[in-house]
Formats: sequence, C-alpha cells, structure tokens
Amino acid sequence: MKGLFLKGINKSFGSVRAVDNVSLEIQSGEFFTLLGPSGCGKTTLLRIIAGLELQNSGQVILDGEDITTLPAIKRQINTVFQSYALFPHLSVFENVAFGLRSRKVPNPEVEKRVNRALDMLEIGQMSKRFPHQLSGGQNQRVALARALVNEPKVLLLDEPMSALDAKLRSQVQVELRRLQQKLGQTFILVTHDQDEALVVSDRIAVMKDGKIAQFGTPNQVYDYPDTRFVAEFLGAANVFSGTYRDGLFHSEIGILKFDRAPSWEHGEMAIRPEWIKISDTEPEINGVRATVREIIYRGTNLDIWMDPGPIRVRSATTDSFKIGDQVWLEIAPSELVVFDE
Amino acid sequence: MNKVMIWYGELLSQKSLIKRGLFFLTPGMLWLILFLILPGLILIVVSFAGRGAYGQLVWDFSLENYKRMLGFGIFGWTPDYLIILLRSIWVAVVTTVLSVLLSYPLCFFIAGKPERTRYLWLTIVIIPFWTNMVIRTYAWFLILAPEMPLAKIASWLKIISPGMPLYPSAFAVYLGMISMFLPFVALPLFSSIERLDWTLVEAAQDLYASNVRIFVHAILPQTLPGLSVGVILTLVPAMGMFVVPDLLGGAKYMLVGNLIQQQFGTSRDWAFGATISMCLMVLTMFSLYVYKRKSKGVELL
Repeated sequence: MKGLFLKGINKSFGSVRAVDNVSLEIQSGEFFTLLGPSGCGKTTLLRIIAGLELQNSGQVILDGEDITTLPAIKRQINTVFQSYALFPHLSVFENVAFGLRSRKVPNPEVEKRVNRALDMLEIGQMSKRFPHQLSGGQNQRVALARALVNEPKVLLLDEPMSALDAKLRSQVQVELRRLQQKLGQTFILVTHDQDEALVVSDRIAVMKDGKIAQFGTPNQVYDYPDTRFVAEFLGAANVFSGTYRDGLFHSEIGILKFDRAPSWEHGEMAIRPEWIKISDTEPEINGVRATVREIIYRGTNLDIWMDPGPIRVRSATTDSFKIGDQVWLEIAPSELVVFDE
Repeated sequence: MNKVMIWYGELLSQKSLIKRGLFFLTPGMLWLILFLILPGLILIVVSFAGRGAYGQLVWDFSLENYKRMLGFGIFGWTPDYLIILLRSIWVAVVTTVLSVLLSYPLCFFIAGKPERTRYLWLTIVIIPFWTNMVIRTYAWFLILAPEMPLAKIASWLKIISPGMPLYPSAFAVYLGMISMFLPFVALPLFSSIERLDWTLVEAAQDLYASNVRIFVHAILPQTLPGLSVGVILTLVPAMGMFVVPDLLGGAKYMLVGNLIQQQFGTSRDWAFGATISMCLMVLTMFSLYVYKRKSKGVELL
C-alpha cells in the first residue's frame, strides 16, 4: 500500500490538545498541504510524521510499514525546517552532503548526488559558500537540496516560505510546485498562507483546533467550504445568517433562492466577493438593492463595500458607479454556499 | 575642529565627544598603567638583575637568570625548572579539558530544568565563589583525610598505604584545581547552551546523524563562544595557580606558581622570580595567540 496513512493521531501538551484524533490518507506522489492558523496543530502533526514528536496515540504507516515508533533517524522522511536549520559552519556542499555522509555513502557518489541536487535547484555555483553568505531564498534552496538529496519517501516542508518577501514567495511557490511534479515525490507542506496552499497543492487539509476542518482539492475547499471558518480562512467571504423557510433563505439582506437544501432551520450561507455581479438593472433572481459605501483600490481589482450587510464585492472596474450610488447585486443561487452548521 | 555631529541620536560637537571619551577612559588607563604596565616593565628589568648575598637585587644585567631557567647551572644541565614549567602547562590543560568534559553534562542538566529551579542550580554552581580559595582548599584536607571514605577506598584498593591521607598528590591537585575552575567553564558554557537552537539538533537527527555527528555539527559550533571564554578563563589562571598545588601537591607536585612564590618568598631571589614570571607570561601570551589563530571566525578576545 503506497502512501502515508495517519490513523487516529492524538497529541496533547499539558492540557492543550494540539492534535485531536486526526486521520489522513496522503497518496504517494501528491503535494499535500496542511493549512491552518497558528496554533491549529499543523506543525505538531508534521513533526509527528517526521518523528520529531511522539504522539499520545495513533499510528503512522508509510508504504504499508508501521513507523509509529521509529525515531526520525530511521524514517525515510526528510524535513525542510522553517528556519532552514542549516549548519552555519559547513559549506553549502557539506550541508547538502550531510545526510549522505551520516549514512557513510562513498565519496564519489556523495559528490555526484550533491552536485545533481545543487544543479536541480540552480545553486551549483554556490557550493563553496557558507549559509551566512547567501540570501534567504538561496538558503531555502540549500535546505530543500539538503532534504531532497536523501531521496526521501516523503518530503516535509514546515512553512518554508515564511522568511521570504512577498514577490519571491509567489515565485518560489510556482517553482516548488513544478519541482514536485517533476520529481513525482510526496510533499507535505505546512502553511498558514491560503494563497500558497491553493497554488501548490493537489489536496489541502484545513485544520482548526487540532482537528481537520475540511479536506479536499484546492477547488473543493475554496468553492465549497463546509464551514464559516474554512470559507473565511480561504479568502474573503460574505456570510449571511438567516432562517430557512418554504425553500427560501430569509436573510438580513433579503430573501434568497439557492440550490442545496440545508439541514438546519437557522444558519449561515456565504458568497465570495468576486462571485457577486453588479448591474444597473434588476436581475431575474436574487437581486439585492445596495448602496456603494466605500471603494478600496487593490491593483488587480477593487473591493467595494455596500449596504446593506455590509456586502463586499470584488470588481474589475468602478466605471459605472461612485460612492453613494444605488446598484443591483446579483447573488446567483449556484454560487451561494450553504454551511453544514 | 569644532565639527558638529550626531552621535547615536545625540547632537554633539566633535570636541565635546573627545572630552567625554577621555573623561571615561582616563581612570581605567591610569589604573592599568600604574598597576599593570609599570610593574610589568619593572619585572622585565628585574629579571635581568642578580641576587646579592642577603637577597638584595644586584644590578648586573646579565642573562644568568634565563640560563638558569633553561637548566644551565653550576653543576651542568638539569631541566628541573623546565619540567616544572611543562608540568604546569600539563596540569592547566588537563584541568581545562576535564572541566569542559564535566561542564557539558552539568550545563545540559541545568538548562533542562524549569526556569524556576534553574537559577537555584546555577547558584549552587556559583556558591564556591563566595568562599575564600584557601578555605576551600583546606576543605579538601578534610575530605581526603585518612578517616574519610575516599582515602579508605583508596587504601582498600591498595593505591595508598592504610592510615595515609590522599594528599599531597597529583590526584589531590587535580581535584582541587577542577573544583576551583569548573564554574569558570560551566557559567559561560551555560549561557551558550541555554540559547542553543535545538532545531539544528533536530535537523541532524532528521539527516541520520550519529550522536557524535550531532555533537560535532549541531551542538559544538553553537556552544563554541561560551566554551572559548571558559577555556581561556581556566587555562590562563590555572597555569599560574599556586595556592591549590602548594597545599594539595606540596613539594611532591610543584608547579610554576609555587616556584615563583618561593623565589619571591623564602628564597629571596626576586630576580629569578621575575625571570620565571616573564617566561610564564610569554608562554601564556603565545598560547593565547595560537588559540586565537586556530579558532578564527569565532569572536573570542
């Protein structure tokens, strides 16, 4: 059975339940992301997979082998640490060679494999330099090469982009995705950055309070969030509370039609700002009359705050209206997300 | 000359800045000149003098004392003084190495304690500082006395004959020296170990490192600053130590510190005492220089 299986993992620190009965199936060769706010237990879960933390209960199974009680040193899993944890007194080459030298791989092979890894990450010409002589982005590549050179079954990445500036980060995300696809290796990324998770992942597990809040492809978790937490954590969302009566949603902004029947009587629905259309004429269904209150320029688009609500709408232009104008908003029933609770 | 400048946020004229610098520096400089540089220079001069019949200095400016130090005496060549000097270096090195070996586990032990009790443990390490060195050394007499368990065990193992104390001996000197200098190694080392970045240890574990590799690559480089301070604070004073070897080693294990003390004291040969001091000083400077060269890249002195 290929892949990494977590079964009923629990971990407490004192009275805090860091990981609460988490079970996951991570397929071999997929880019998997643990996404959540700080303190949600995602790093703890990653450390349990790495063997740097011992769970209170539960099993870790890698390619059919139970590695629950194996220490880090015996797991075919390598980690890119958040701080990179490069050895400051060793050159780039020796840093990357560290794992191979620990396992007493003969010298010619070490050289071959290290150089290949350095070339793959385009840092070959820096092999003689030391970590303090490199930029953050370069050090990150060294950390990546140091882990990948060991050909791990699973590569763990603990918020590897958090030290990079925004521009470099978005570039590295794409590169990381391409690298993983080229290698076909299992990558598990921990991040609190939802954009990063959406860009790189095959599948995402959104975590909250030590539990998996939702699990699925980037598309699934973004377009169909199960809960308000997931909807708001992955981008912006307009959330309306109201009552479900006679097949209609009686909300604070009006009576709305929608596609999926909820299981509740009082509850919440949401729509993302970019899914709302603005028009001058009243739409056929789910039209909401709104007043423009505030326009925020964001470069690629504009955020427009409207009354009632306030409702946030993301639009490409504001050519047809200005602050104080009355417009029609179209909230398409198919775009309205019905939460589970 | 009266240029105005901003000195860390304060608007000053260059003149007043220089004035202020002199004000703060002068007392310290005077102190050093009066009590270190002048006596040092006097020592150099005295080391070339000779000893009169009643122990007075005779200003004959010869290299006799240095020749004597190297072992060329009236009765031919005897390396007694050189042996004492080498032995002092040996004792200092062994003391330092053993103190380091003892300090690592000790510091990890203390650093692993919760913050509330950590400072209690540190205080226990520091407490010996509060007691006079001579008293502390005399305490070893009691511990090493024939009636005490240590001497009993030693005589049972036939290391010493029954009814004898464990002093004076080389063992007692090492015991006394290590107990004296352990805090000098342990405290700076602790400050490094307390701030240890354990992620590096985890990274080494993650990369299949053996325990030796973990220590060499993840722990040692990080603790090197504290370790260096500890080594210097131990090695240098240990070379010139005289109270402990005098009391615990006696004539059986004489070190250069005792020799110097003897020259200035009972032998009343100040000139020769100054010569030995100069040799020790040159040797210390030289070893520090080598040490600094060897450990370039790490800020030490």
